[in-house]
Amino acid sequence: MPARNVAMREAIRRALREEMQRDESVFVMGEEVAWWQGTHRVTRGFLEEFGERRVRDTPISEMAIGGMAVGAALAGLRPVAEFMTINFAFLALDAIANHAAKVRYFFDGMMTAPLVYRAASGWGNQATASHSHAPEPIFAHFPGLFVGCPSNSLDAYGMLKTAIRDDNPVLFSESIALYPKPSPMPDEFDEDYLLPIGKGDIKREGKDVTLVAYSRGVDWALQAARLLERDGVEAEVVDLRWLRPLDMDLVYKSFKKTNRCVIVEESLPLYSFGSEIAALVQENMFDYMDAPIKRVAAADVPLPYSKEIELLALPDAQKVVNAVKEIV
Amino acid sequence: MRSPTKAMLLDWYRQMVLIREFEETCHRLYEEKRITGVYLHLYSGHEASGVGSMAALRESDHVITAYRDHGIALILGMDPKALMAEMMGKKTGSSGGKGGSMHLASKEHNFWGGYAIVGGHLPLAAGIALEARYNGKDDVTMTYVGDGATNNGYFHESLNMSAIWDLPVVWIIENNGYGMGTEVERASGQTELHRKAEAYGIKSLGRVDAQNAVEVYTVASKAVEYARQQGPVLIEHVTYRYRGHGVSDKQYDARDDMSAELKEWMELREPIKILRDCIESEHGDMSPVLAEHEATARRLVAEAVEFAEASPLPSGYDDLLRNTYVGSESVYKSDFSVGAGID
Amino acid sequence: MAQEIKLTMDGLLINWLKDVGDSVRASDIIAEFEADKATVEIEAGSDGELLELRVEPGDEVVEGSIIAVIGAAGESVDAPAPAESSPRPAAPAPSATATNGGSMTDDGRVKASPLARRIAADKGIDLRRVSGSGPGGRIVKADLENISLLPPSPPAPATAAGPQPTWGAQPQQDVEIIPLSRMRRAIADGTVRSMSGTPHFYVTIEADVAPLLEMRKEINAALAADGLKVSVNDMLIKALALTLREFPNLNTHYYGDRFVRHERVNIGISVALPDNGLVNVVCHDADTIAFREMAPANKAMYERARSGKIKPEDIRGATFTISNLGPFNIVDFSAIISAPEAGILAVSSARRVPVVLDDGSLGAGTRMHMTLSVDHRVSNGAEGAAFMNHLRELVENPLRLLDLRGV
Repeated sequence: MPARNVAMREAIRRALREEMQRDESVFVMGEEVAWWQGTHRVTRGFLEEFGERRVRDTPISEMAIGGMAVGAALAGLRPVAEFMTINFAFLALDAIANHAAKVRYFFDGMMTAPLVYRAASGWGNQATASHSHAPEPIFAHFPGLFVGCPSNSLDAYGMLKTAIRDDNPVLFSESIALYPKPSPMPDEFDEDYLLPIGKGDIKREGKDVTLVAYSRGVDWALQAARLLERDGVEAEVVDLRWLRPLDMDLVYKSFKKTNRCVIVEESLPLYSFGSEIAALVQENMFDYMDAPIKRVAAADVPLPYSKEIELLALPDAQKVVNAVKEIV
Repeated sequence: MRSPTKAMLLDWYRQMVLIREFEETCHRLYEEKRITGVYLHLYSGHEASGVGSMAALRESDHVITAYRDHGIALILGMDPKALMAEMMGKKTGSSGGKGGSMHLASKEHNFWGGYAIVGGHLPLAAGIALEARYNGKDDVTMTYVGDGATNNGYFHESLNMSAIWDLPVVWIIENNGYGMGTEVERASGQTELHRKAEAYGIKSLGRVDAQNAVEVYTVASKAVEYARQQGPVLIEHVTYRYRGHGVSDKQYDARDDMSAELKEWMELREPIKILRDCIESEHGDMSPVLAEHEATARRLVAEAVEFAEASPLPSGYDDLLRNTYVGSESVYKSDFSVGAGID
Repeated sequence: MAQEIKLTMDGLLINWLKDVGDSVRASDIIAEFEADKATVEIEAGSDGELLELRVEPGDEVVEGSIIAVIGAAGESVDAPAPAESSPRPAAPAPSATATNGGSMTDDGRVKASPLARRIAADKGIDLRRVSGSGPGGRIVKADLENISLLPPSPPAPATAAGPQPTWGAQPQQDVEIIPLSRMRRAIADGTVRSMSGTPHFYVTIEADVAPLLEMRKEINAALAADGLKVSVNDMLIKALALTLREFPNLNTHYYGDRFVRHERVNIGISVALPDNGLVNVVCHDADTIAFREMAPANKAMYERARSGKIKPEDIRGATFTISNLGPFNIVDFSAIISAPEAGILAVSSARRVPVVLDDGSLGAGTRMHMTLSVDHRVSNGAEGAAFMNHLRELVENPLRLLDLRGV
């Protein structure tokens, strides 16, 4: 199968476009998705191809975007609602956490809300404090919602397709930093390429330490693994892909082999992805622990504007290497 | 629009006495601790608002409301047994005992539910209406919203969205004078709530005396017709709550000034009496039929209580966990999956 | 070529009997170690000059450690850094220091990863004697990987490593405080672990030992010329070993998730020592060796044990144990299994007792009680009964104990 490098934004665009072509009930709504061609150009060309009925510009109304997606989904459509950035999804947190995630439960299965919230996530590039979040764990807190966080083009393609087709609500977080990042993808697939919800992936094998990550953290983990290789440390990189459900089976299998673990995430350190994975590993793998579990996350601070201290706050591959060296 | 026929009026009477009997029974059962919990918002006093407006709908239309939802459910024809069982958190409840008083719904009646976050259901209403517009159907979404909710962001964003996308929503503000304990005058810069429609370029049909079912019906019929053909429309129903905001604020409603106000509403603007008077003035003495409806209401509610009390409670982790997610083959689960729910 | 001397057990070095520069012969005793259950003498193992001593008297040394190097006079020794300061190799030799040095916290707790603790518990390794190579001196998996198996312990009961029971306030007056000897501590740990972790059941028989005592006289008369003497215990060891040969399931050790069935039958013999000590010496291949060989070997082991000069091989490799209190005029007793063995035979005194004779009349006989303790995880009552009846058959028909090629 011939493959070529495709930027993640193109992979997402391709998945979304194919799903809209496949299913008339799939439509996109969000700020600047139509005439502007998408803030991140994921919906470039959509208005031309699908028209205003299925490519709907909304006003700056995140509460309505969040809640209308639920209503439309209850009534039988398959909305793909875009938050221009995940920072703005905070405005819709009630709609997401109280309604998208819960309608099925509080009506005891009478209704389902098959929707996808897409949100561009991450920080950097001097976006400043209020536009600098990778808060996926906040959304993964709520039972009833699934949360997907791809780390490369092919994963993003396969994960988004599944998210759109699944009957459960999904928050799909796309790292802004990864949007332009190319990675190999086949030109065409023999059949639908659908990655299961909640299944992680080993992105690199190793025997000395397990690096658990998602989204952009996978990038740092892979870079760190290459640096560690020079020092004779073989790091295994586990990409969980989904923050809910969590594929802990994959983590435990790796941990049983390496007995050491460093968790890498772009987000803040308290009450975090790292906290959760570390807690689960120690609860379930206590007798396999050969070192304390380390976490690499952003500094516990709102992100500043000025470049030098902004970078100081962010995780990177070297910080992952340093953490690994503290425990091997 | 037609004037309501005799049969319609008699049926409204049937609905209203059933609601009143159900709600007052709920109130008594709560006092007796046979219904528990902290939330129980009763529709007593509001009956004509729901009965008159929903009479303008057809079967394929949609209905959605907030947490004062018992009356809406009964008007739609939901079984009082399943509703009373839900009040008691029973497995036979309309939401399996998982939703309670504030989360009644019936998909087969296109009743998309009662919702508990003030204003939270308004964008859902817009989304449901979008489906109709998207698929070229002319079904309307009848949306009830309290006066308090008109001050939060959901109201603003949802009405605005309905305007710019021409969504077939009938927005009905049920103005009973209080958002919990805050009078409209203390909560809203614009106290003529129907005028809020103007801010969004939405057609308003103004204020309606919602203790009079016939008046409600008359205006709602116009609104439904407008929504079906054009787009969103708003009506302000002026009504009153007989049992306070909910069971948790009895002290507030027991104040002297509130008691006096309540007494006045109950004596002068009692919706069931107004309807009875209307029936009698137009169709003569119908008291045997009305008495039969009252007796039927008492019997149905008594049977509902009996059924609910005899029903089992949900129990065990299966009942607890079920329906967090839709069982789906595209979800990967291993023995160690976390957060995947059960099927 | 220099020869390294490796310790084949855990122990505490008491004395070097030779010094660097001394020339030694292979059979020379160069060191005395106190192992868990005995003082052990270490032989040089090869001729040459003692080039290097790697541990000091008072050091606790773990099994597998190199304690000394012997080579040609003047031969240089590859200078390995002392274990505790060596860089962490992929598979480091376990270090051999008195305490584990850096692997203790300030409040005296061993610094070891949960995984290391589990491995240590499985292998029966005392982490206080392991030096850690992990960050901050933590004992990690790699520090334990090359330490070979000690008899594994059953799932941890409350012994030294686990939470201690509450003993209550220790009286301070009119008492003498006696610290536990190393041996006593090992016995305490081992018996508590076995008693609380092994489901014992017991099967007792009474055997007519008159024929056996009679035959012993005949054998000893025949061997007298060679200065040899067979003990009752030797004969019972033989009977036990031959019975185990018939019942291989009891010559099996229990390792939690598996059984390890032994092909050799090596009988551990409990020997009481002066100063309240106890050791199990081992009669190897007790089912096949002749009395002529077994008797003097056992006797020599008992003497070495009692004089604190035991050899490592004297206490290694038991597959089943016998405890004989026959000389102490007792009626009956039962013994605690030496885990992971499947059982232990407790032998009481041969006593003259009234018996019902074959013709139904009362008479005098010589009878001995023997009680088998069995690990119920390995075997069950029916097999225990069959085992003991087979043993009785042999004891009551002692000719069957003889290898007809000779005694």
